[in-house]
Order: sequence, then C-alpha cells, then structure tokens
Amino acid sequence: MADFEAREPESKVQLASETGGAGATPTFDITVQVRRYDPELSAEVHWDEFQLTMYGTDRVLDALHKIKWEIDGSLSFRRSCAHGICGSDAMRINGRNRLACKTLLKDLDLAKPITVEPIKGLPCEKDLIVDMEPFFQAYREVMPFLVNDTHEPERERYQSQEDRARFDDTTKCILCAACTSSCPVFWTDGQYFGPAAIVNAHRFIFDSRDDAGDMRLEILNDKEGVWRCRTTFNCTEACPRGIEITKAIAEVKQAILVRSL
Amino acid sequence: MATPLKTKISVPRSRDHSISGVKYNRSSSKRNNFEMAAWLYMRISGVLLVVLIFGHLFVNLMMGEGVHRIDFGFVGGKLANPFWQVWDLLLLWLAMLHGTNGMRVIIDDYAEKDGVRFILKVALFLASAFVILLGTLVIFTFDPCPAGADPELLASFCAAP
Repeated sequence: MADFEAREPESKVQLASETGGAGATPTFDITVQVRRYDPELSAEVHWDEFQLTMYGTDRVLDALHKIKWEIDGSLSFRRSCAHGICGSDAMRINGRNRLACKTLLKDLDLAKPITVEPIKGLPCEKDLIVDMEPFFQAYREVMPFLVNDTHEPERERYQSQEDRARFDDTTKCILCAACTSSCPVFWTDGQYFGPAAIVNAHRFIFDSRDDAGDMRLEILNDKEGVWRCRTTFNCTEACPRGIEITKAIAEVKQAILVRSL
Repeated sequence: MATPLKTKISVPRSRDHSISGVKYNRSSSKRNNFEMAAWLYMRISGVLLVVLIFGHLFVNLMMGEGVHRIDFGFVGGKLANPFWQVWDLLLLWLAMLHGTNGMRVIIDDYAEKDGVRFILKVALFLASAFVILLGTLVIFTFDPCPAGADPELLASFCAAP
C-alpha cells in the first residue's frame, strides 16, 4: 500500500493546510468533460462540458454530484458509499481508470479539462454506467467462496498468521472492475477471465482453509484463463486498492505449472 | 472435491449474445493444457534461441575473416556437417514455432470477429508449415557439390570433377 501511495501524482494545487497556513478552504474553477450516452435519446455518443467552482478538498465525485444536483440532473453514474470501499464508481478519469471518490481534484491537471468516461470493455448502458454482467460472470466462475467439506470444527478454522499473510494482498479487492476494464486483452471481446476474477481466485487458491484450490486452478487453466495475461501491468496501475495484481496472476500461473508438471 | 466443475455448455459462437462487441456467453472453450504448453514453450524456446542465434551470428560473421568468407562453398560446407545441420534445424523449428505462436496470440488479442480470426490463423499456419517444411527439406537434401559447377565456388572437400 505504501508503494502505491508513493506512485500517486503530486498535488498540482497546494492547499493552505499543507503549506502551514490556516483559514478558508481555497476554491478553484475547473472544466469537466463528461462522455454522455443515452440510448433513449440518441445512439450517438457526445461530450458535455461543465464549468464548476470547486473546493480544494473536493474529489471528482463531488464535481459529478455538483453537476447532477445543480446543473444537469440527467447525468447518470453509479456511486454507493462514496468513500472508496464499495467499488461502484470506477471510471476513466483523464484516460486512467480510477475511483471518482478517491481522486482529489487538486491532484489532477486543472489547466486542462478533466475528462470523465465510463470504463472500457463493458457495454455502456447510460452515461457512466456500464453493464457489469460479463465481469461478474467471470467472477462467479472461479467460485469465490470458501469450499471445505471436512468435519466442521466447533471453533473457528485455525489459520496461522503466515498462512493468512500468503493471500492478504488479494483480500483487498472491492470488485470495482478498474483492473479488468483496463486490460487490453479483455477489451477484445470480454472473454478473458480478467484480472479481478483471477485475483479473487488467488484469494482462495492460497487460503490454507480452502479445499477447492485445484478446481480453481483447473478453471483458470483455460483458453481464456491466466495464459492470456500479457503482463502489461495495466491492472496493477489501475487498482485503487494497490493490489499487486500482475504478481498474483503470475503466482496462479506458477501454481498451475507446478501442479501439472 | 465436493463442488463439481460447472458443466461445459457449448454454445456455437455464431449464436453468442453480444453487445458492442462484448460476448455474454462464457466457457465455450475446452479445458486442456495447450495454452499452458504454448506459454511454457515461448519461455523455453526463447532462452534456447538466444544461444542458437548468437552462436550462429558469431560463427558466420565474426570468426576467421568474418562476413567476407561467406560464399556458396562456406554455406555448402556448413550444411554438409551433421553438427550444423542439427543446429540449423533447431534454429529453424524453434524460431518458426516461436514466431507462429506469437502471431497466433496477437491474432487472438486483436482480431475481434471470429471469421477474421479464423482466416488469419489458417493463413498463418499454412505459411508457417510451408516455411518449416521447405527449410527442413533444404537442410537435409542440400547438395554442397552440384555436378558441373565451377570448382572455384565449391567447398574444399568436393572432389574435382
């Protein structure tokens, strides 16, 4: 997580609190370009531009709220918790997949318009909302639940700290689809399992309490499975939780190899 | 294993439910180790090819008088030697299969329509098979001492006519 935070871009705007001063939160004027699509009105996609005055502490999600609540109520996007936990508001902001609720405006280049698009590779339903079904189909297929049919213990299933640490990184996934929809292989036809499904398979494959690791490896040893990963690292860069996704995929590849040889 | 693997439902690709190029039917592919073998082959052949290619370049271009000594006699002499026959055969097969698999992967990644994908792959496999077979034929049937050729051009071991 520390590595990931180090890679975040430096703030373009210095806030008073950071420079040691105090007082009112500064404001700045920004331009937001949003990709609009409404199949009930037109099959054509167009871009809308909005001029806003925002606070220095605001996020892209606040800008979208301001547009929806004060300027154009027809703007559609998903958001649930608005605090980077639910994974509803993954979108392409300035060409990069991020969570709108975790992207501070001051970290973006405000000299240019901020572009906001839906994530790629999944069919757009309206504005920033995409159909997540192909994504969740792949997720369901890796059986993302504990499988253990041995005698049920009276207390919790014991797991040492080392065993827990083995898959700690991949437990952080919030299923926002930022990784899968940043993957060029997934863009082709949506058939590749995608980074998110493999990450969630990894979480159970390397769980010492789980018994179906072999089965999940078998599922991912598919024509559309882990072997389609080209290690472009797009997923690792896109992940808002800082999961080392490409590494997790490589570990699954290795596990399949070791099991087969 | 208590939970059985999901049964494979084979939906013909032509009947796929598809929206904006994204297919909604999954899992029509067969499970076997081909993709794993292909992935492993790319890594192993890559390492071998580095040795074979640089060995080839060193012997042909650096040793002795270097590039100036390459003529019909030099190539004829090399292809008459079983060591270089095996070397060149390995180079040919490993490189062609490595390249063909690389192209296959690129077609899989970038061709969006199944028809286009199929045609491109057939063309690729035919071209590779042709080159591999022709190359193999040349390596094993090459005559370093063709009858009636100028003896000046031939390898030293060719008997004078």
